[in-house]
Amino acid sequence: MGSNSLHVLKGINFSCESGELVAIMGSSGSGKSTLLNILGMLDEADSGEYTLDSVPIKNLTETKAAQYRNKFLGFVFQSFNLINYKSAMENVALPLYYQRVPRKERQEKAIEYLDRVGLKEWATHLPSELSGGQKQRVAIARAMAAEPKVLLADEPTGALDSKTSYEVMDLIQKINDEGNTILVVTHEPDIAEMCKRVIHLKDGVIVEDKKVEQVRAAQYVQ
Amino acid sequence: MFDIERWQEIFDTIRKNKLRTFLTGLSVASGIFILVILLGFGQGMQNGIAAEFKEDAATSIWVWPRRTTIEYKGLNPGRRIQLRNENFDAIAGQMGDGYEKGSVLYFPRDVKVVYKNDLLVYNIAGTTADLQTIENEYLSEGRYINETDVRTNAKVAVISNKIKREVFSKLDSPLGEYLNISGANFKVVGVFGEYGDDEGEEERIFIPITTAQLAFNGGDKINNLNYLLPEQGSLDETVANTDKFIAEMKDYLHEYHGVSPEDDRAIRVWNPIEEAKRYYGLTNNIKFFFWFVGICTIIAGVVGVSNIMLIVVKERTREIGIRKALGAKPWSIVGMILQESIFVTAISGFSGLILSMAILEVVGPNVEIDYVLNPSVNFTVAFSTVIVLVVAGAIAGFFPAWRAASIHTIDALRDE
Repeated sequence: MGSNSLHVLKGINFSCESGELVAIMGSSGSGKSTLLNILGMLDEADSGEYTLDSVPIKNLTETKAAQYRNKFLGFVFQSFNLINYKSAMENVALPLYYQRVPRKERQEKAIEYLDRVGLKEWATHLPSELSGGQKQRVAIARAMAAEPKVLLADEPTGALDSKTSYEVMDLIQKINDEGNTILVVTHEPDIAEMCKRVIHLKDGVIVEDKKVEQVRAAQYVQ
Repeated sequence: MFDIERWQEIFDTIRKNKLRTFLTGLSVASGIFILVILLGFGQGMQNGIAAEFKEDAATSIWVWPRRTTIEYKGLNPGRRIQLRNENFDAIAGQMGDGYEKGSVLYFPRDVKVVYKNDLLVYNIAGTTADLQTIENEYLSEGRYINETDVRTNAKVAVISNKIKREVFSKLDSPLGEYLNISGANFKVVGVFGEYGDDEGEEERIFIPITTAQLAFNGGDKINNLNYLLPEQGSLDETVANTDKFIAEMKDYLHEYHGVSPEDDRAIRVWNPIEEAKRYYGLTNNIKFFFWFVGICTIIAGVVGVSNIMLIVVKERTREIGIRKALGAKPWSIVGMILQESIFVTAISGFSGLILSMAILEVVGPNVEIDYVLNPSVNFTVAFSTVIVLVVAGAIAGFFPAWRAASIHTIDALRDE
């Protein structure tokens, strides 16, 4: 946006298999969010190639990008990004609206996904009536409702206390156990340890890419 | 447009943002309301003024002589002009096609009117049958002076409603009663009335012109010439036609009576259509003013709607970002915002229209203010203004919506 261009990412090369749970770590300014935004087609790389499920992603129009996001990607944000005048159920049903799923089916599916994150009874509540952890679980339900190929989570626990963080990570691990591919951006080492693979970024380059022994979050959750 | 899912989404949004919707609607509805009421009263004033001029037939003219003011062909100024029967006949001969009705008035002097030993103080006027149309008088009872009366020098009289009330109140009808006018008995054959509140001209007792001239030493003298001129297609044409007739008539009278063509004061003509034209011009100006105010109101409404749309879109930038992240295409965002704004402005615009038209319908016929009669408004005009407002609202909403939809999703999401 600014007049001075700044190279944030300088030669990133990695691939991710189906069913992986990857943590992207790094201090602030290391380019981890930029990487996630490029993967999420919210931003575009100046150069380089990006292939998602053997589809080359480049020169996207806004319309095309919207289609791909709707079909391939689910997002979980640090600040939840729920629509504040819609109930939990309507928020979860929103991506299905853009997939042209009929209203009735949408609502059933939304309830089903809310049930999976344990918030079925909160379906009619507005986001303002939910706690931070509950909001993030609604956001995860929303991201999963569209049945994306990849779930992208940008600091999903950044706005939560550690207990709630572990609950959210437990949920993410369970979704991963069902075979979903998940990328998590975080700067918290304990969150990264709950993933299966950790990529360290520093000043826009990958300094470390290793498989880790997954720490189950369930043990911290009573 | 007929996507039921889209409509459900829009109704959800409207239901959950009632204040915003209400304010948008209110500014649109009040704009239309004020415009319709203003236009209605503009029309009402025009109707009212038109009605005031119905009292005398609007194309009648009256001619009466005064003294000359300019020396001409050796004749001194200050000479009194006297119209004569011959003048009326000559004008009928030369310019008979120029008018629809023509009549004369002769006011005998020093006459005494007595009814059953009471002296009455009303004016006597000799005239002919056509005066009734020229003066726009109606008959309450009996008949008016007719041609037979004039031909046979009949001793008949037509009195006004006012005289009937004041003199003959004890009788069921004054018809058949006799008035003694300077010694001669005149039989009352009719009662006339004037339209409107003005009873100034109801002071007269009409008798046939020939009788008046014969009985009261009139010779062939007359005091007034009266004409009803034809109406033309437009007011301007009627005025032009009237002016032409008056000019020709004055030329003849000046020539006949030896009056200088420059002497405007010797022969006077009262021409109410000139007055009417001034009033109609005034109503046109009033109408124009109301239109001006009305259009300003609409512009204020459009600005209000644009402003609200701008704020709405600004407020929803983050929501737009979220929707885009979840797979909304830019056009579906623009479409959603526009459809909502068109829906709200259309509904509230028509509510304002229906409300104001209903008020005009109910209150309009009961309005009793001078110069305002039955305010009403042309439905097509009012309908078009609603359409204009809706279209303007849509255009005003389009640009911010389009801009918001084309912001990078990531920037829209960061918007606080």
